[in-house]
Amino acid sequence: MTTNILEMRTITKTFPGVKALANVSLSVARGDVHAICGENGAGKSTLMKVLSGVYPHGTYTGDIVFEDEVVEFRDIRDSEAKGIVIIHQELALSPYLSIAENIFLNNEQRGPLGLIDWNKTNLEAAKLLARVGLRETPTTRIMDIGVGKQQLVEIAKALSKRVKLLILDEPTAALNDEDSDHLLNLILHLKGQGITSIIISHKLNEIKKVSDSVTVIRDGRAIETMAKLEVTEDRIIKDMVGRDLEHRYPDHTPNIGEEILRVEDWTAHHPQDVTRVVVNNVNLSVRAGEIVGIAGLMGAGRTEFAMSLFGRRYGSRISGRVFKHGTEIKTRTVSEAIEHGIAYVTEDRKTFGLNLIDDIKRNISMASLGKLTRRGLVNDNEEYKIANEYRTSMNIKAPSVLAKVGKLSGGNQQKVVLSKWIYSDPDVLILDEPTRGIDVGAKYEIYTIINKLAAAGKGVIVISSELPELLGICDRIYTISEGRITGEFPIEEASPELLIKHMTMEKAR
Amino acid sequence: MSNETTPQADPAPGFHSNPSSNKAASWLTHLLADLGKNGIFIALVVVVVLFTILTDGILLRPQNISNLIVQNGYILVLAVGMVMVIIAGHIDLSVGSVAAFVGACSGVFAVTWGLPWWLSIILSLGIGALVGVWQGFWIAYVGIPAFIVTLAGMLIFRGLALAVLGNANIGSFPAEYRALGNGFLTDLFGEFEYDPFTLGIAGIAILALIVQQVRTRVARSKYGQDVEPMVWFVLKLVLITAAVGSFALALASYKGIPVTLIVLAVLVLIYGIIMNRTIFGRHIYAIGGNRHAAELSGIKTRKVDFYLFVNMGILAALAGLIFTARLNLAGPKAGDGFELEAISAAFIGGAAVTGGVGTIGGAIIGGLIIGVLNNGMSILGIGIEWQQAVKGLVLLFAVAFDVYNKRRSGGH
Repeated sequence: MTTNILEMRTITKTFPGVKALANVSLSVARGDVHAICGENGAGKSTLMKVLSGVYPHGTYTGDIVFEDEVVEFRDIRDSEAKGIVIIHQELALSPYLSIAENIFLNNEQRGPLGLIDWNKTNLEAAKLLARVGLRETPTTRIMDIGVGKQQLVEIAKALSKRVKLLILDEPTAALNDEDSDHLLNLILHLKGQGITSIIISHKLNEIKKVSDSVTVIRDGRAIETMAKLEVTEDRIIKDMVGRDLEHRYPDHTPNIGEEILRVEDWTAHHPQDVTRVVVNNVNLSVRAGEIVGIAGLMGAGRTEFAMSLFGRRYGSRISGRVFKHGTEIKTRTVSEAIEHGIAYVTEDRKTFGLNLIDDIKRNISMASLGKLTRRGLVNDNEEYKIANEYRTSMNIKAPSVLAKVGKLSGGNQQKVVLSKWIYSDPDVLILDEPTRGIDVGAKYEIYTIINKLAAAGKGVIVISSELPELLGICDRIYTISEGRITGEFPIEEASPELLIKHMTMEKAR
Repeated sequence: MSNETTPQADPAPGFHSNPSSNKAASWLTHLLADLGKNGIFIALVVVVVLFTILTDGILLRPQNISNLIVQNGYILVLAVGMVMVIIAGHIDLSVGSVAAFVGACSGVFAVTWGLPWWLSIILSLGIGALVGVWQGFWIAYVGIPAFIVTLAGMLIFRGLALAVLGNANIGSFPAEYRALGNGFLTDLFGEFEYDPFTLGIAGIAILALIVQQVRTRVARSKYGQDVEPMVWFVLKLVLITAAVGSFALALASYKGIPVTLIVLAVLVLIYGIIMNRTIFGRHIYAIGGNRHAAELSGIKTRKVDFYLFVNMGILAALAGLIFTARLNLAGPKAGDGFELEAISAAFIGGAAVTGGVGTIGGAIIGGLIIGVLNNGMSILGIGIEWQQAVKGLVLLFAVAFDVYNKRRSGGH
């Protein structure tokens, strides 16, 4: 038996139009905790989905060797049978079932006659809970315990499947410090019991604490793997961002005018857990013709900030003040925000941005039907004409504006969403991850559109976790971490290292 | 801007008619697209032809055609409101009970209290609106699923109908009131074999339809939109004219135009415009297609939901009035099962279970298919038990066809 429990060899995975993984090789030593880091969209999750059989054998190229044997997983059950268990960022627990029921879901403890043996279920669950250090009775419902404890239940569930290789996708992203510490200690404890772990994380201090080796992935490629002794924050950051920034972004000559929008002391709480502060005292402003970036990792509160500002579509107990051209405005509903010339392009266009079963024309007009209406009737010919103008000016590739939006590619869908908001004639556009899931060519087009908007005197706020993108297009960048603005940098002063440092800045303990 | 300004975006083959070589292809594309769009219409034709053959032509006798409209009028009225509710992603199970309740109230107004017929009708419609306000409040502003609210409403208003009637039937309505359900407009110009008034109205309707179609076509080509080939367009107009004309001839040779048909025609016209050409209608489709996206586009989804149910309440009231007028009796069993027929009509007419898709015209045709099935099977002497089973199968297959179609076209 070799020392490596897992070898992934030259894995390549392509999606229509996007190469998500290119020749990635990864070796994980038996009994190690192996960290994988990279920016959002670098390909970490895709690699883990290949490994766990979410993307079945045949949909990628390359080999997976697990315990000296080439494996070809058809689905996640195959990989679990071999002892590979993945715990996703979004926990897969049923809130109304008990801890024990969740642990043995689809793996029920049966007695004679094939009926579920509840005594055995709860007894075995209690043993597993002891192993992960969770002091709860097995009959407690999942919804009654916090997310930190839920994470432990997931691990107990993995243990019940006799896990050999445990994959944790950003396990501490939603946890508080105490729970994070407990979880990291548990990973080390399991390591003592011979369980190998792969941990995907952004948090560099965490990685340094638990991992034996680190692999950095960028743009679908494995950049390098370093052993514990070689790991430094600087080196990881350099690997994560070090790419050619030239010519991926159109030229942009800022012509910055008066301040358009200013937000003061903006605070929002979690919609259910009202004691949790998600957006913490945010102050920011944007001027005419200016492109302002908000750099933050997933879960840092950037989308929550934007959605709470835009008609209070997120959060509870929202407080703070908004000024437009120096006068205070209210944005309590979406239509109020739109009337004040604010537009918000969501990060999840399929769920929140588009009516996929309707055509391009009606999606573009959705937020501004009033403009097309005379004497109570919508002028659908005018609508067609305007949609066609946007199809040309935004270069939306579709046979006609009557094509259903659900059939367009990601880049073209994004152009439809942008058209919708540009047609609403806003003064300020908040673009949340405007190039997520879009191929490189279309990204360039989106950047060009953003530049044009700024050149037309609009204020643009770009929220992104892709630093090169922000550095390539913005005039000024805020960093956000744990709901707080942790820094503000004019573009001349900003560097990837500086931004990452402030994006991962944690609250003083 | 003209249509010459879209050169780079390469159009898919068949979208712009190129000369000669592509003409046949373009023809075919349009034919197929139209068949797809009008599949439900074709289904109606098939059902009509089938039962005409099976019943030796009784189905298409003037008297029977007239009956078809009068007997199904209230279902069609309900289908108009129901399809709107379904497009927005809701459902309304209470319409049968509401119709019974409003029918009972109208009995109290018009018979027990002896109020004038027009006041009774206005008051009854007002009660329908109040019922809609009640249900709309719970659905839109409290956020209780429409299924639950209207299931409760089904029980509540059935109960209230019984309470209002006090375990008795109310009957003998004034003649003007009764006309709503079984009146005819005829013989205004004297008696002829074919009533000239009916034919005149039909002529005006056909003329209006042609003018409207031509105007739409001209406006579309002016804006550079793709229009169907001229031959196909003319052929369609001829077919429509023939259908409406022979329908009118049948009515003219019997009793003339049923009042119910006039009410229906007005409803279809108004609601057709609402759904296609007004902001309210567009918002209903947007909400049904993606509620989150609609909200984030500034659409006041709660307000739209609320008014949808107010509207449904009014239409349920109208259906109740028509039904009561037809029977000349407000009884406790009125409206039994109406909700199921109205929902079936909407779904057979192409409304999507998940919302966002559906048309008023489709729902009307769906309702007519159910009506022809009812009527044809009754003529054939098929028992009520088999009628139920057949209608159930038709509903199932219609929705299955819709789901299959969507999957094939790769919809989401």
